[in-house]
Amino acid sequence: MIELDQVYRVFRVGDARVHALEAIVLTIQRGEYLAIQGPSGSGKSTLLNVIGLLDRPSSGHYRLDGVDTTALDEDAQAGIRQRKIGFVFQAFHLIPRMTAAQNVELPLILAGEQPTARRSRVADSLAALGLDDRADHRPDQLSGGQRQRVAIARAMVTGPEIILADEPTGNLDRASGRDVLTALEALNQKGITLLVVTHDSELAERARRRLQMVDGRIAADSSAAARAG
Amino acid sequence: MQAEDVARLSAASLNAHRGRTGLILFAMTIAVASVVMLTALGEGARRFVTGEFAALGTHLLFVLPGRTETTGGPPPMLGETPEDLTLSDALALRRSHHVEAVAPIVVGSAPVTYRELEREASILGSTHALFEVRGLTMARGRFLVHGDPRRASPTCVLGEKVANELLRGRSPLGAWIRIGGYRCRVVGVLAAKGVSLGMDIADTVIVPVASAQSIFNTEGLFRVIVQARNRASIDDARTAILDILSERHGRADVTVLTQDAVLNTFDRILHALTLTVAGIAAVSLAVAGILIMNVMLVAVSQRTAEVGLLKALGARNRDVAAVFMAEAGLLALVGAALGLAVAGAVTWMLAQAVPQLPAGIPLWSAAAAVLIALGTGLTFGLLPARRAARLDPVRALAGR
Repeated sequence: MIELDQVYRVFRVGDARVHALEAIVLTIQRGEYLAIQGPSGSGKSTLLNVIGLLDRPSSGHYRLDGVDTTALDEDAQAGIRQRKIGFVFQAFHLIPRMTAAQNVELPLILAGEQPTARRSRVADSLAALGLDDRADHRPDQLSGGQRQRVAIARAMVTGPEIILADEPTGNLDRASGRDVLTALEALNQKGITLLVVTHDSELAERARRRLQMVDGRIAADSSAAARAG
Repeated sequence: MQAEDVARLSAASLNAHRGRTGLILFAMTIAVASVVMLTALGEGARRFVTGEFAALGTHLLFVLPGRTETTGGPPPMLGETPEDLTLSDALALRRSHHVEAVAPIVVGSAPVTYRELEREASILGSTHALFEVRGLTMARGRFLVHGDPRRASPTCVLGEKVANELLRGRSPLGAWIRIGGYRCRVVGVLAAKGVSLGMDIADTVIVPVASAQSIFNTEGLFRVIVQARNRASIDDARTAILDILSERHGRADVTVLTQDAVLNTFDRILHALTLTVAGIAAVSLAVAGILIMNVMLVAVSQRTAEVGLLKALGARNRDVAAVFMAEAGLLALVGAALGLAVAGAVTWMLAQAVPQLPAGIPLWSAAAAVLIALGTGLTFGLLPARRAARLDPVRALAGR
């Protein structure tokens, strides 16, 4: 369970203080499927980075499964990222000199897993995304949609609780974008919490819960609206 | 992260940036090779000198007239001038059963004439004992005969160079030559033996010690070479020599040097020289280290996004640092291995070209060079690795 309580994230740009996040109060239950929408600079990515422990709130508290993460040091946060969180980026962020399988294996290597155990998990993960026959291809030998699916395989290989996807379809055409989203939704159906940042309303419509962000604030939350209505 | 995986990740990334990797390896190779080669040369010089001493013969003692030790007392008064070391003194040394052989030595330089040809040569007066003591070998004929060393006999033995230049291809055996006003018959020619402590045996004429004394009109000996019975009796022989000569001269006025003492001194000096030269060469290792640092810093900034990704995937700061440190360490190790190979090859070629200089890579220098290279690589890898580890993941992922 993700609980954000009065979270602020303030950047200093020259003399000005920019509120990327302002007084965010947000609770996300386990297994939810949430789309975060909003114009550029509205703070959607910052929100995702804070939830993914890549960024720290300037003030406020963030509890993940009851643990106040704001009090943890960098190593402890890295440990949580490793066990509980998978990232999918707009730019894929695959390492170009490594094959698909090696890219997927990377989180397991960082977790210090044994090579034999790694191999079967990598194979399972690639198979789940229909990439069995692409295991030995390097990223430059794959299409955009395939690359993003490799990235999803990498995000899920450690068996995380949460997948954070920042504009996962932003660099893809509509058809492969839909494939990628379907793959992510399949993970959500297995109980993984899914947060997708997008400015594509059509894709956002597919999420059960939608947040609208404006100027670092949550302008609309479909679940709150449903409750209120 | 497991060490094996760190090494594999690092090796893969080095392999992916071949130009950069090659550049660093090149610098590291040159640095390690120069350290090792210079030490090999120094070591070669040391072995050369040590070899020269060994060529003098085994377990030798040198008896010199006069005391060279500093006594710390007032300067000697008149009449304290040491007595000459005479032939009788030398022969008296044979009394000690610790002494195997005694070779009295008189040296000087005189014109040597054969018919109309004349050249300056070193004249060495000694006895048959010198042959064994110095481990000489004959090219032709025989050495000075046994017999009473007090009697001059008109025979002489030529060094190879003197024989070639004076007799110009004529058979030297039986030829009569003149040394100053002294005539002698050539009975043998020495085989080439190389330079021995500055005295080129090939450029020497050896005559009986009594003849040399009359040529140079001297009673005193230049020195006496004593061969001890064996290595263990060197100290006993030294005591015996001092006792006998003190008794004869009424006071201790000679200096006895053992071969070991002289050898050890040279050995120490040359070892120190080798270390100095290696130290100078080690500066190039530092330069290679700085190059590693610079190139690694560039690598970190080129791979910012990758560092961000590793962090997002759960790499701790120390995992990121470990990957970059491993790269620096691998570069240093491979560079050191290549450097050793280059040094080995060059040293081998040198040994083929200049066989007199027994250059060889001492084990300690090879080990030290590898360790220092590794140390340098890791030290200079530290700063780039820390910089990578401290990157902010959000900014790094954005490639900033």
